[in-house]
Amino acid sequence: MPMLEINDLVYTADVLRPSRILDGLTFSVEAGEVHALLGANGTGKSTLAYLIMGCGGYRPASGDILFEGSALGHRPIHERARLGITMAWQEPVRFEGITVNDYLTFRNKGADTAELLALVGLNPALYGCRMVDRALSGGERKRIELASILVLRPKLAILDEPDSGIDMLSTNDIINVITAFKRNGAAVLLITHREEIAMIADRSSQLCNGRIICSGDPAKVAEHYKSRHCMTCSDGECHYV
Amino acid sequence: MSELEELIACFSGAGGDEKALADAASAHLAASGHRILSSRTVEGLVVDARGTWNGIRARVTVKAGVKLRNPVHMCFGVLHKKGTQKIEMDVRLEEGASAHFIAHCLFPKAEKVRHIMDATVSIGEGAEMRYSETHYHGLSGGVEVVPKLSVQVGRNGRYFTDFTLTTGRVGKLAIDYTVEVAENAVAELTARVFGHGSDDIHIRDKVLLTGKNARGLIKTRVAIEDDATAEVTGITEGNASGARGHVDCMEIVKDRAVARAIPIVQVNDPGAKVTHEAAIGSVDKRQMETLMAHGLLPEEAVDIIVKGMLR
Repeated sequence: MPMLEINDLVYTADVLRPSRILDGLTFSVEAGEVHALLGANGTGKSTLAYLIMGCGGYRPASGDILFEGSALGHRPIHERARLGITMAWQEPVRFEGITVNDYLTFRNKGADTAELLALVGLNPALYGCRMVDRALSGGERKRIELASILVLRPKLAILDEPDSGIDMLSTNDIINVITAFKRNGAAVLLITHREEIAMIADRSSQLCNGRIICSGDPAKVAEHYKSRHCMTCSDGECHYV
Repeated sequence: MSELEELIACFSGAGGDEKALADAASAHLAASGHRILSSRTVEGLVVDARGTWNGIRARVTVKAGVKLRNPVHMCFGVLHKKGTQKIEMDVRLEEGASAHFIAHCLFPKAEKVRHIMDATVSIGEGAEMRYSETHYHGLSGGVEVVPKLSVQVGRNGRYFTDFTLTTGRVGKLAIDYTVEVAENAVAELTARVFGHGSDDIHIRDKVLLTGKNARGLIKTRVAIEDDATAEVTGITEGNASGARGHVDCMEIVKDRAVARAIPIVQVNDPGAKVTHEAAIGSVDKRQMETLMAHGLLPEEAVDIIVKGMLR
């Protein structure tokens, strides 16, 4: 039984204009698996992440999302989190008056924040007492968000473009984080545009026009993605890449 | 327990540094109602304080060039259920002086207490003053606090004030601060207030950037719940070339509480620039979702966000 199983999922953003952002999407992530999700902008990757996490305003029009065999239904975010699902947003929000150390230990008081910060490439002595506010750059904030969900030891971590806003020289830091999730036994749903990040996945899927159009070996899926070949777009050439 | 001991116990409970009051190297002034209970000064600091029929009148001077190493602690309060306390204060920092004042205003048992502050502050050329004020008004909401402050910041001077009332009830609060900032001088006004029950909060901060390259920041953070109301007015005028000002107001509203923000920015010199941002509403949805995705309950997430904002 897959850890995460999505069956024939349909999502429309507006009932008055029922164009389907997700159009009968079927997809699964196995326990302990790093599963990369590739797709161009606007193909529904982040929408899928919000639906799995149960974010406000995101409810499927039809279809099921099952976690460890049970339908998530209308469970709120915190209940999904307590089942073991968590997510790092593409653009993490800022918080006034909350230090990095506090942010990392809300749910795990005894956590070694220095080790976590070092793992995401930040100097603990410089960052532990800083606020998680607008003074942080986008890349710094992103690294802190990754550390904050790593400490939760989730069963399933959804990483929505963990590499965006992070300089190319630091790609290894992101790979280290993904590896750490895997080492902890977590499954990772990895949404990315970067081939070198996607290549560390155990499996990849390509999303186009609200559907998974190919799935399997990361190298083959990446090749398929780059070839613009698409089974769902009208003339066989992907309009979204 | 003597009145002083009671005041000190309350001072300590509100986050005050009890040891500082006993420290011979630190100046302090402690008064309950219209009685001065304890005071100490240090070299370079002149304090002339006396009781009036309804409060305290004090003239505080930091002599030219004197940089006070330790903060000056001020502890004012009314320890009875009913009463009035009017603080009349004249603070002067002479040229090149520097001082940090930490004030606690305490009304722990108040059921019907009025606290009025009428203060003037003059900061000389190149002088720097920091003024941190923490209030505790007890749990009944029977306090009316009316602080009025007029500040002149001289050339190259720096003035920072921070007002905090985040524990217990507020009652009625009507802050009215006006700060005039001279050439190359800086003023930052921060207020953090958490209102509950039927608390009524009015904050009016005005910064006049009158000198070339003067800098001003008004930052207000208010959270209100139950039936509390808040109105925050931040006024900044840029009246000289190179002047830069910003008004930043954030209010979080819960339950039936009502909040209003009125940023007023005015520029009277084409070389000046004043900006503002105001955000009022319930707790930010994305912040909530982020914390809930970490497994926090919605009420835990709200508590963390509000406390962070008021920190």
